[in-house]
Amino acid sequence: MAVRLVQKPGPGASLVIRGARVLDPEAGIDEVRDLVVRDGVIGGDPDGLEVVDAGGMVALPGFVDPHVHLRTPGREDLEDIATGSLAGAAGGFVTIIAMPNTTPVVDNAAVLGTLLERGEQEAVIRVGFLAAITVGQKGQELTEQAEMAALGAAGFSDDGHPVSDARVMRRALQYQAITGLPLVLHEEDVKLSGRGVMHEGAVASRLGMEGIPSISESVAVARDAALAEYEDGWIHICHVSAMETVEEIRRAKARGIRITGEVTPHHLALTDEAVTSLDASRHKMNPPLREESDRQALIAALADGTLDCVATDHAPHDADEKEVPFEEAPFGITGLETAFAVCNTSLVAPGHMTLELLARRMSADPARALGLPVPTLADGAVADVALVDPAARVVVGQDGFRSRSRNSAWLGEELLGRVALTIAGGRIAWRT
Amino acid sequence: MTRRSLLTIGDLDRAEVARILRVGNRFAEVMTRDIKKVPTLRGRTIINMFFEASTRTSTSFELAGKRLSADVVNVKGSGSSVEKGETLKDTVITLNSYAPDVLVIRHASVGACAMAARYTDAAVISAGDGKHEHPTQTLLDLYTIEREVGPLDGLHIAFVGDVAHSRVARSGIRGFQMMGARVSLIAPPTLLPRDAGAALGVETSTDVRDVTDADVVYVLRMQLERMGPGGFVPSLREYAMTYGINHGRLRPGQRVMHAGPINRGVEISGELADDPTTLIERQAANGMVVRMAVLYDLLAGPSGSPEPAGAPIGAVAV
Repeated sequence: MAVRLVQKPGPGASLVIRGARVLDPEAGIDEVRDLVVRDGVIGGDPDGLEVVDAGGMVALPGFVDPHVHLRTPGREDLEDIATGSLAGAAGGFVTIIAMPNTTPVVDNAAVLGTLLERGEQEAVIRVGFLAAITVGQKGQELTEQAEMAALGAAGFSDDGHPVSDARVMRRALQYQAITGLPLVLHEEDVKLSGRGVMHEGAVASRLGMEGIPSISESVAVARDAALAEYEDGWIHICHVSAMETVEEIRRAKARGIRITGEVTPHHLALTDEAVTSLDASRHKMNPPLREESDRQALIAALADGTLDCVATDHAPHDADEKEVPFEEAPFGITGLETAFAVCNTSLVAPGHMTLELLARRMSADPARALGLPVPTLADGAVADVALVDPAARVVVGQDGFRSRSRNSAWLGEELLGRVALTIAGGRIAWRT
Repeated sequence: MTRRSLLTIGDLDRAEVARILRVGNRFAEVMTRDIKKVPTLRGRTIINMFFEASTRTSTSFELAGKRLSADVVNVKGSGSSVEKGETLKDTVITLNSYAPDVLVIRHASVGACAMAARYTDAAVISAGDGKHEHPTQTLLDLYTIEREVGPLDGLHIAFVGDVAHSRVARSGIRGFQMMGARVSLIAPPTLLPRDAGAALGVETSTDVRDVTDADVVYVLRMQLERMGPGGFVPSLREYAMTYGINHGRLRPGQRVMHAGPINRGVEISGELADDPTTLIERQAANGMVVRMAVLYDLLAGPSGSPEPAGAPIGAVAV
């Protein structure tokens, strides 16, 4: 059963990206040269094509985001497939995978089918859809996963909620024998999280806010790794935030379990100290921003491959929903438009990793984690290109947002890195 | 122009705290007169917004404003537009359009006062936001200790009990330390915030016998309403046995404080609560004069201007 990635039809791009550093670690390409795209395919005759002057820029395989919220169906006022995919394009993404915690939940073939159809009409980049693991994401009954897999689901997730019942999780892992698709897991022991609104630690103690402990995440990962080992399953861990979780994943990988993990730009760049802003629009998310030791562990784990990839967990919210006292606001921030710049600013610029490694972690590795096609700049491939200027200074939000929401942690701040051009599925999806 | 606000005790420095306490002393003198009212804030408008149950704080703020001759309006959570679904932001914007000088805000959520301050030109005084801070409580506690026990410098104050849910403790720790006192926390492990010692810069203990080290034992209310199901201690009976403060746990000469309301027989024995040597009643009485001093300081005596002389405050009684 093949995953369906949908995109609005359009003419294939034809242009020459002149003088960029062409960098595709997977294909072993790293040289300054022209990159030709003709009729949406890499390579061919450059004669007569539009020339894009890209001196000082880097042409990378387009990014893949395994974790975004498009708020469709149900909250199109926050985001829809058109705006969410455009936000992705503006961030250099060529493929994004939408979470099913919508209203209604994507827990049956009818809703999934409608989304796939709408994606074919609206998406400027490739969009795939995860379906729920359990009906209504209530954690009790499995959804009709074989039917949704046949329709083209990208995998299954109850994101927003953990599957608390171990027996249900075990059944879902057994069912993978039919679907062949990953279980994408929001890992949290909700009893341990309690009424927490931020990381449990010194900052929460000072602010008097209820904390979400790190072990709320890691004990859930430990359980699911054990179940995956027992059932020979395939699991992908969403938005890893804590040092303890990194250790669980490291141990699970060492035992040969098929487990991958993602980490968000905000967990790589920020700590719970930011929460002293008491600005929920910027700094309230779940899992919460944790401590510097966690941040360092996440960076190291992304560098050494314990964590496989970057995922934005792009979570658009209405300004009014967020302009309430911190404790009362919903969780989540946007991320598609700033992901590359945040990672470039906080990982590459300080020397935590090379641009080459970041490119892997934002493109080939997330694609592999979910079993999606890997973008490449090799001759003959469909063009999936992110042309970036890593040295450009950009003030976030200065030119507005393509997303319908603007709840960014970096609103008004300067970051290093700009996406100048995105070609997704052979079509020009974004251009500054 | 946005006025100076008092959102946390950290908004004040040591000199400013000392000044407010001195002004409080002057107002305490006024309260001994037959007519307990001065014209100091005549023509000023104070709106008290209490979105969470409160008796002593709301009453003392209201009286403080009235005794300074300000126009005082009270907005309660129940029966207000908030109950009809209006957000705090919109309520603040609406009330701001009436050009008040001060908004006094009590709210159940951390950060509510800070958020409100972004949408008003008035000075905002936190009268308690969630479990975060309660700065005027700390000022009245400092005032009470200075008057009844002595200078804070070098004193050892121990908070005992439900530290996890206590904004009184969180403000108090900062305020007492700022004024030179040593602060320790004594609590069951389930009611101590994580990393409390390092986070708050205090000593911590789970052994109630350590209260004998302190000069002042500050008993914290068990905030059952914030604990939710599951409980932080097995039972109130056991809590009273293991951490309840009574005469038997104290050494002679120790002074006892409590911000009230008390759970009699739980965190403090009835006998001790009624003992005239405790400072509980003094704290309540001092609340009003200290809040008068805070209102005066924010409205009539901004930082840097000369302190009021002894006479003018009370000389022109109306």
